Amino acid sequence: MSSSAFPRPIATTRSATGISTGKLAVWWLIASEIVIFGGVLGSYIMHRIGHPEWASQAEHTNTWLGAFNTIVLLSSSLSAVLAHNAAEMKDGKKAAKFLWFTILGAATFLVVKSFEWTHEINAGLTITSHTFWSFYYTAAGIHGLHVLVGGIIMAVIAVDAAKGKDLQRVEAVGLYWHFVDIVWIFLFPLLYISK
Amino acid sequence: MSSTATDTAHGDGHGHDAHAPSGWDDPHGHGGHGAHDAHGHAEPHWLIKYFWSTDHKIIGMQYLFTGMFMALIGGFAVYVFRMQLAFPGMSVPFYGRVTATDYNALVTTHGSVMIFWVAMPVLIAALGNYLIPLMIGCDDMVFPRLNRLSYQLFLISAIVLIYSFFVDGGAFGGAWTAYPPLSAKAEYNLTPTGAPLWLFAVALEFAAFLLGGINFVTTVMNSRAKGMKMFDVPIVVWMIIIASILFMASVGPLIAGAVMLMFDQTIGTGFFDPNKGGDPVLWQHLFWFFGHPEVYVVLLPAMGIVAEVITTFSRKKLFAYKSVLYTAVGTGGLSFFVWAHHQFIAGIDPRMANIFSVTTLLISIPVAEMVFVYIATLFGGSIRLTTPMLWALAFIAEFLLGGVTGIFLGASGADIYFHDTYFVIAHFHYTFFPIAFIASFAALTYWFPKMFGRYMNDTWGKVHFWISIISFNCIFIPLFLLGARGDHRRIYDYTHFPDLMKSGMQDLRILATLSLVVLLVTQVIFLVNFFYSMVKGKKAEQNPWKANTLEWQCPSPPPHGNFPDGLPTVHRGPYEFSHPDRQEDYWPQNAS
Amino acid sequence: MSDPHAPHADHSKHYIKIWIALLVLLMVSLVPAIIAQQLHLNITGIVVVTAFAVAFIKAYLVIKHFMHLTIEKKYVGFLFLTMLAFMLVFVGGVSPDVMKHEGQRWTNDAAKKVVDEGMKAEKAGGHGEPEKH
Ligand code: HEM
Ligand SMILES: [Cu+2]
Repeated sequence: MSSSAFPRPIATTRSATGISTGKLAVWWLIASEIVIFGGVLGSYIMHRIGHPEWASQAEHTNTWLGAFNTIVLLSSSLSAVLAHNAAEMKDGKKAAKFLWFTILGAATFLVVKSFEWTHEINAGLTITSHTFWSFYYTAAGIHGLHVLVGGIIMAVIAVDAAKGKDLQRVEAVGLYWHFVDIVWIFLFPLLYISK
Repeated sequence: MSSTATDTAHGDGHGHDAHAPSGWDDPHGHGGHGAHDAHGHAEPHWLIKYFWSTDHKIIGMQYLFTGMFMALIGGFAVYVFRMQLAFPGMSVPFYGRVTATDYNALVTTHGSVMIFWVAMPVLIAALGNYLIPLMIGCDDMVFPRLNRLSYQLFLISAIVLIYSFFVDGGAFGGAWTAYPPLSAKAEYNLTPTGAPLWLFAVALEFAAFLLGGINFVTTVMNSRAKGMKMFDVPIVVWMIIIASILFMASVGPLIAGAVMLMFDQTIGTGFFDPNKGGDPVLWQHLFWFFGHPEVYVVLLPAMGIVAEVITTFSRKKLFAYKSVLYTAVGTGGLSFFVWAHHQFIAGIDPRMANIFSVTTLLISIPVAEMVFVYIATLFGGSIRLTTPMLWALAFIAEFLLGGVTGIFLGASGADIYFHDTYFVIAHFHYTFFPIAFIASFAALTYWFPKMFGRYMNDTWGKVHFWISIISFNCIFIPLFLLGARGDHRRIYDYTHFPDLMKSGMQDLRILATLSLVVLLVTQVIFLVNFFYSMVKGKKAEQNPWKANTLEWQCPSPPPHGNFPDGLPTVHRGPYEFSHPDRQEDYWPQNAS
Repeated sequence: MSDPHAPHADHSKHYIKIWIALLVLLMVSLVPAIIAQQLHLNITGIVVVTAFAVAFIKAYLVIKHFMHLTIEKKYVGFLFLTMLAFMLVFVGGVSPDVMKHEGQRWTNDAAKKVVDEGMKAEKAGGHGEPEKH
């Protein structure tokens, strides 16, 4: 993934819109992600409204763990934006440090999630036990995958940033991260509060 | 276009002047940075050059050849199942006897391959990759490695699909629309491995095109040649961009749906199972919410190709450039409001059927408008009937029939009768064949001199054109007639249905099948012409058709980095033909 | 951003303030849920409405202050709104079929049966609201 070895085309350095190429691509990526999450959450919402009896399944989700994970993600978003702030001030080392904090948040989130899921699966609430749980695991699973991928990409960028390389990427990955955070902001009431 | 802030403004660490004020640059000012202008280095090994390249032209070719190969598979599938329909129970040459399961798998394979692995890669990915950087005057896509990754994902998806033909139970046979419960349960579809593999391949293909689409859009937004304003961008580039955006906006819910269906298939969830609180109609909505915009995703690039070809060969400015553009955007937007016309008899609420009828009839207006604009462009031009021009004109004529029959189907009352008959099959082949094949042939014959630096043989090109067009019509006009007589589309052996064997119906089927065989065999002419001309054709100069767009202002074929004399600066729009102040009847976009 | 050539100021204090606001909002969304649980109140409507209202406010704060969308080129925001609008169109077109189990001259018997059985099981005290009474 070394960026210096790869000769970057002139195209990449142009910016007719005034938005840097990487950032522009992330905006489009987010746009396409909106409809992916829109599809699964829209389907879920329609089913929830059409099936009042699902409330008795939703009872069993753990609001406290959901809330804790919300705190984790909100905080990781803070460190992502602080990393961007450091990158703006051309402080690559600091930016990298904040990115690692965000990655720590991602890891914590995933650990809590797996703890939560293990607990639920042991209680017999599996992905096939009821369609509520199918949506629960699918929606949170797709989101968790985004957390995982975001964490990995951020690690790559943090390594470069520490060397002062490609600091403009810090902002781009941060935008993606905030989006993942926002998805969770909505997943939380959808899965943990509406009972 | 104001362009003061570049990524340099956001903490750029990679070494060039951090205060460079302009996003538009020239290659010579860049020193060691844009290494594409360093041409002295040794040629890489050919394997690396052709299989690990990040050059947009090579990636475009990879898409093109993969798409052409997949077209052979799709073509073979249709040959086999059409033979079964015309001559039930016969042992089909090169295949053998066709069982009912085979039949289903072949139909499914044909449909999904032609749309997802032929039309999309050839029209959007191959042409988009090849043309966009050339036509907007830059040296490559903005994310070359992402581009390579997108092709590799696409290739894997094709391999997964092909692999699924050989697994236990065979390839998926639940139609390209994959409606549950048939697609969701192995007890029903009898393809426990084939069905999930098919779904996985489709999902992977979507991922590849999402990456590609983001790359295209970012490239065109940010990396146009100096001076190229929004309305100086050639229509075909616009169309590919609009199509990529439509794809991005519509495929999301289906990606989510694919995950849900995959879980239904493999671990037994009940997303689409009414007995578990799910809903099979939801899948149909998820599918067609993508499926209808998808037809415009492939239509728009085809329309763009035709715009390039007819302006060049009628030596006229495109009539109403901006109208075409706004119409395309409008059609794209409207295409999100019509999807349920595929579900009129699926048990949707009749009140919704009314709404979707109206929107469907509305969408034919902008489509018709685009066709009128093209005819107006031709009007009074000095028309040269070269092979690409013939294909472009044929596109307009044949597509018209497809669009008009769509109106019959869009009227929900009529559709109760027509739904799932061969009328629908004929309708969408009168749209898809012009899009996926006629327009692609227009594009390939038009850009061939640029791609390979040689001409294709024009006489053989015309022979191929005429036989293809005639045999195409001889396939689908009979299918319209059959459909109007109620011929149901998902039947393996009509001899079991005496009502559908009456007075000459079987003769029409045989006519369609024989015409299909002619059409398929004719493609050999094209393939031979194509590959022979690649190595032995007459050498082509830089701008053989005397066209204006930037890809014709660099060598044929263009070298790595595209414009050896420096990236061009644009002074005018792409269609300045027969300008009164000029001696030549064309005026390249970058000529001063 | 205003002037790309100006040295960038340190905004970290501002970001931390927003973060605190986000955490406070999270607590706000939890309060009705906790009250309902502790006092065995049946105020699902209030719980859900506050939770979603808070979610929208939180999302707005993140979008405005962390993603800086409000000072980005206008069309980026419009792009996102368009995507959301398409999702509304989708839900609008689908909900008469999926959210409802009957309509003009049709009923979805399978879905109705599932709902009925589920509600019965809940009444019978299966796993529904175990702490009530
Ligand atoms: C852009 C060109 C078009 C393409 C590529 C296209 C493609 C298709 C396809 C693939 C199907 C059938 C899918 C299936 O059931 O397997 C279809 C059906 C249909 N098309 Fe088109 N179409 C196009 C234009 C139109 C237009 C302009 C209209 C109406 C004004 C229209 C109206 C319909 C309707 C109502 C059906 C549903 C028929 C039925 O299943 O009963 N189409 N089209
Ligand atoms: Cu349609």
